[in-house]
Amino acid sequence: MAATLIQTNNQPFQRQDVDTVTLDIIENAMANARNEMDAVLFRTAMSPGIREQGDAFPMIANQDGKMVVGQFGSFIYGFMQSYQGTVEEGDVFLTNDPYMCDGAVSHLPDWLVMVPIFKDGRLINWAAMFGHMSDVGGKVPGSLPTDAKSIYEEGIRIPPLKIYRNGELNNDVLDLILHNVRMPSWNRSDFNAIVAACRTAGRRCLDMAERFGDDCYVSALQMMLDRNYTAMREIIRKVVPETRQSFEDYICDDGAGIGPYTIRCTLWREGDKAIFDFEGTDPQAPSSVNFYLNEEMFKMFFGAYTINLFDPSILFNDGFYDLVEVRIPQGSILKPDFPAALSCRTHLLGRIFDVMGGLLGQGTPEAMSGAGFSDSPHFMYSGYDDNGEWFQLFQIGFGGIPGRPLGDGPDGHSLWPGFTNVPNEFVEAYFPLRIETYESIADSGGAGQHRGGNGIRVGYRLLADGEVSIHDDRWLTYPWGVNGGLPGQRSRKELVRANGERQVLPSKCDNIKVAKGDLVIFDTWGGGGWGDPLERDPAAVGTDVLRGLVTVGGARRYGVVCDGRGRVDQAATETLRKEMAEQRGPIEEVFNRGGTLEEIKARCLEETGLPAPRTPVWES
Amino acid sequence: MSYRLGVDVGGTFTDLLLINDDTGATYTAKVPSTPSDSSIGVLNGIDKICRTSGVNPRDIDKVMHGTTVATNAILTRRGARVGLVTTRGYKQVLHIARSYVPGGIGGWVIFNKQPVLAALEDTIEADERIGADGAVVTPLDEASLRDNLKALKEDGIEALTVCLINAYANGEHEERIAAIAREIMPEIPVSISSRVVPEMQEYERTETTVVNSYVRPEVSRYLDNLARELEKRLADDVSLSILRSDGGLSACDLAGDTPVNLLLSGPAGGVAGAIWFCSRGGYDKVLTFDVGGTSTDVALIENNSARLRRETRVGDVAVRAPSVDVRTVGAGGGSIAFVPELTKALRVGPDSAGADPGPAAYNKGGELPTVTDANVVLGYLPADQKLGGDMEIRRDLAEKAMAKVAEPMGLSLKEAAEGVVRIANEHMFGALRLISVEQGYDPRDFALCGFGGAGPLHANALGILMNAWPVIVPPSPGVLCAYGDATTRVKDEASRSLVKGFSQLSIEEVTHILEQLTGQVTDSLSHQGIETADQTITWQADVRYQGQALLLTQDLDREQLAQRGLALIGETFDGEHEQLFNFALDEEHELVNLRAIARAPRPNIAERDYGGDAAPLQDAVVGESQIYFQGADYDAVLYDRARLWPGHQLAGPAIVMEMDSTTVIFPGYGARVDGVGNLLIEPADNNEKE
Repeated sequence: MAATLIQTNNQPFQRQDVDTVTLDIIENAMANARNEMDAVLFRTAMSPGIREQGDAFPMIANQDGKMVVGQFGSFIYGFMQSYQGTVEEGDVFLTNDPYMCDGAVSHLPDWLVMVPIFKDGRLINWAAMFGHMSDVGGKVPGSLPTDAKSIYEEGIRIPPLKIYRNGELNNDVLDLILHNVRMPSWNRSDFNAIVAACRTAGRRCLDMAERFGDDCYVSALQMMLDRNYTAMREIIRKVVPETRQSFEDYICDDGAGIGPYTIRCTLWREGDKAIFDFEGTDPQAPSSVNFYLNEEMFKMFFGAYTINLFDPSILFNDGFYDLVEVRIPQGSILKPDFPAALSCRTHLLGRIFDVMGGLLGQGTPEAMSGAGFSDSPHFMYSGYDDNGEWFQLFQIGFGGIPGRPLGDGPDGHSLWPGFTNVPNEFVEAYFPLRIETYESIADSGGAGQHRGGNGIRVGYRLLADGEVSIHDDRWLTYPWGVNGGLPGQRSRKELVRANGERQVLPSKCDNIKVAKGDLVIFDTWGGGGWGDPLERDPAAVGTDVLRGLVTVGGARRYGVVCDGRGRVDQAATETLRKEMAEQRGPIEEVFNRGGTLEEIKARCLEETGLPAPRTPVWES
Repeated sequence: MSYRLGVDVGGTFTDLLLINDDTGATYTAKVPSTPSDSSIGVLNGIDKICRTSGVNPRDIDKVMHGTTVATNAILTRRGARVGLVTTRGYKQVLHIARSYVPGGIGGWVIFNKQPVLAALEDTIEADERIGADGAVVTPLDEASLRDNLKALKEDGIEALTVCLINAYANGEHEERIAAIAREIMPEIPVSISSRVVPEMQEYERTETTVVNSYVRPEVSRYLDNLARELEKRLADDVSLSILRSDGGLSACDLAGDTPVNLLLSGPAGGVAGAIWFCSRGGYDKVLTFDVGGTSTDVALIENNSARLRRETRVGDVAVRAPSVDVRTVGAGGGSIAFVPELTKALRVGPDSAGADPGPAAYNKGGELPTVTDANVVLGYLPADQKLGGDMEIRRDLAEKAMAKVAEPMGLSLKEAAEGVVRIANEHMFGALRLISVEQGYDPRDFALCGFGGAGPLHANALGILMNAWPVIVPPSPGVLCAYGDATTRVKDEASRSLVKGFSQLSIEEVTHILEQLTGQVTDSLSHQGIETADQTITWQADVRYQGQALLLTQDLDREQLAQRGLALIGETFDGEHEQLFNFALDEEHELVNLRAIARAPRPNIAERDYGGDAAPLQDAVVGESQIYFQGADYDAVLYDRARLWPGHQLAGPAIVMEMDSTTVIFPGYGARVDGVGNLLIEPADNNEKE
């Protein structure tokens, strides 16, 4: 049964012709409204995750729930189909349960707020936003337990409910929810900030409908959807061949000793329709690294990835969804069965973009980039400070952007748009630690004609006893290079005890006891290289050496001989390059993954200090 | 006789305005700018204005100057080679730049990262550490620092920045490093973060201090030269003041030490000019828009002063320095219109034909349709108008260019042109909304003020979109910045970062800090020759809920603060938060910064006396021309603004022309000239009522 829409005015909107200039004006205004949602959120939210890192995503949909502007696609339509109650003016809906919203949000920390916007008694728009809460209860601070075996361990589950009814906040429900989280003041203010952002969007929608007339405005939104349909149909014809092509990538392990998990996708076109088939993807994990991938969201990733190339000013939306079909096997790590744990889906969410890059790039390898910083690794630290106050830090790590057709990948940057680090001075002022090192790791970017960006090393000196958790990946498989580019260096974590004892930490671990004076060294990975490193301008290698981004030894991967100030020995460089080219032979493979899975696993303990995980298998 | 001179150096022209302090008589001049050394243009302009006005240069004793010298150094990347000293482990603070990648999903694929302003090879690390509480964790290792500084000097740096972790809480290591640097490289200017911007956030503080170093040698050179030349030519005791980004004037030497505060000096002049004319016309709440060749700057004026913000942005460089809250949108006269193949949408900007090749109508080689060309096709910019006095407008070339967007959309030339102008207006409208509606202001409470070469062309249309009336077109809208430079007042401020919850603070402590800051700014103004008794002091606090990024600035009333204590600040904050975001929280308030501001009195300039009776309006009519508006043609009357007089009423459709600007008045709207020479556009029925 679908939701029942209660309107005091049931007169349907009349479709009318909208002239192209008015349409462009409304399109521009919708983009502004969305930007304004971000602005309101960032100013008023309180948790560093949302405030500084921008871990929140707004959208505005039309009255049917089709996303007109936003990033993560429509879920309103699905919600309207499955919600059992009424939708009325003054309602604000809240949920965080991926299984209840078909993966619109993909783990419990993401709180999704949906606000129906009414004008003169008629539903005219939806504004929605989800944001990452720093804690939603469950078994570990930060609510991201890698070892959870079901979603029940991961925090409080909120089914879709009316947190406001008739404009009145349901305080009892909110109190109940906040009673179950560790940092209620953050959740309360972040929740308020998200609602305020949605209400702002609502006011803008009403302004526009008032200005242009309801029918004109609603028709314009529909035309914006149509515009995307037409544009994407062209793009799909251009970039998706009819022959099948496949690509696979991995997450290294599940934190429970199994891995790597293969994500396999095959892409082809039938007429105007692009088909993405994830057949061949590994089964769901017993831990929480599963990613409940919403098909619509994947369509969105695909569209956003490609449409920018053709008309970056277009307001990107849902209009093209009928042109794409996504098939995900039930029970796989991308569509696990309830109640599989989901909290640590971030690795797969990021890796999907490497899969997309490798898949779409095969037709035109020269237009493809290396493997990127396809993750948001977490560092969490919690405990009681010297004053007996509870503290709980959640940080996202950044790494190397890959070598790209455009040029080198920036060092230590973000895959996600708009994410920024939390200023270290802020962290030091509010948490008992000092960040002693904050720099990119020389040589960690994959060598290439265009170098992959370096990963970052952050050295956390802990100033209180407590526990740390680490969630990272690419410690085993490599961020691949393309077109002759070498893979980037993998990630690594080490704990240096106050007494000097050193211990390699697993890439995914929770509840590691730490003591005042301990040092955590958190190394992220570098981006894959693009193109033949022997073709890189020796002067550019010299500059990298001068800047400390590549070492003198590392320069030899480019066949460049230079001194510590980056002064290149031209003759020696020519000789070395010639030798290397002969030894290596012509470049035939598009992708360089640093060896097969078997080879990588065989070297695992020796190279990483950690045992190789077991290969996952489907149960028959 | 005493005269004040306002000078604004723009990209193309240097504008000058000379005001007789006693009679209010004004003289203007426009000379070409000289980008390689803009002081030459300034001196040329002074020659010209004295020649044409007959004023003796020795009678000019005050020069107020808005300069884009600092801005241009950044935009053209021609600043100094800056050396940087960071804390060990933080060498790459600018290189990593908080890991930010702009754009949407996949934005990294096309992200083109600009080089940093202090190169990594010119960055050294100091062995030292200050904790977040300001305590010294590791003392400074001076021996290794000296070696590294010597190496930097040998490498040829031209300016030095010191920015250490947590220096906002304790600047002693920075001060010590600066002292050592002055020993090792006495000729190199040193900027330290704890003085330039003592605020939390290492990246922003480093960037701001580095920008200060980056533009400092160039700005100092320019200002020193200019001051020397002015002393030769003008009154013996001539004072040179520079307009800062925050709209306050500053003595030349102070301005040269912290040039990071001058980045928006140019736009601040325009806003100050708008304040001058609007306030004297009786309007104290005004939204301003300044339409130039490539972009439009908008700002909000309340109580006769511009809204400020704590951040300044130039291109992709953002620094923590107070500035008039000017928002820029990439829509100006030169913005290019195009129709993408795929979507057949009409797009305007952000690419611009700029000054070269310029709009097609200027016949300087431009062939792409621009907003100016659209204005020509619509008749808003009549062919009779000679831009800047001598440039001809070619309607045929404008039409030819416009066909490039009209054809793919299947529209007539005029329809397409009106579309281009509407979309450009919409971009400007978006910027105006950003500073009004989105900040909780109702635009209907405001007047609009349009200036800059092209502002008056779009003024009536923006009035309609904003529903803000009247729309004010001040006299000489093309040289308004120079008016602003000449009419604003000396100002200085001092602030301190606290970042403490109210529960950890006492009102005595807060008052004590404010008194200290007051002492600093009072001294600063006294140094600039302003008696303490003539100074106006304002106190401000930046407040948020503990944990928020937001800062709301409020003015503190000294007496009320003494009576009610910190509770007053908290309640005021809650109220404003509620107004802006529809909610307030029951969280602890945090006092982030305290600030004291000292202002000199407003300059005492006599009103211009129009004198005598107005000539009949008919005498100002210079012709008739066709315009296109909302799908129909109209015959508009052309007026010469120089012959308009207070009290004159014009009915639309009309076009008012002056040397450097053109005002369009649409059918159904009218304009009248007020007592200070402003043109006030309003809907016709409003005008009739008055």
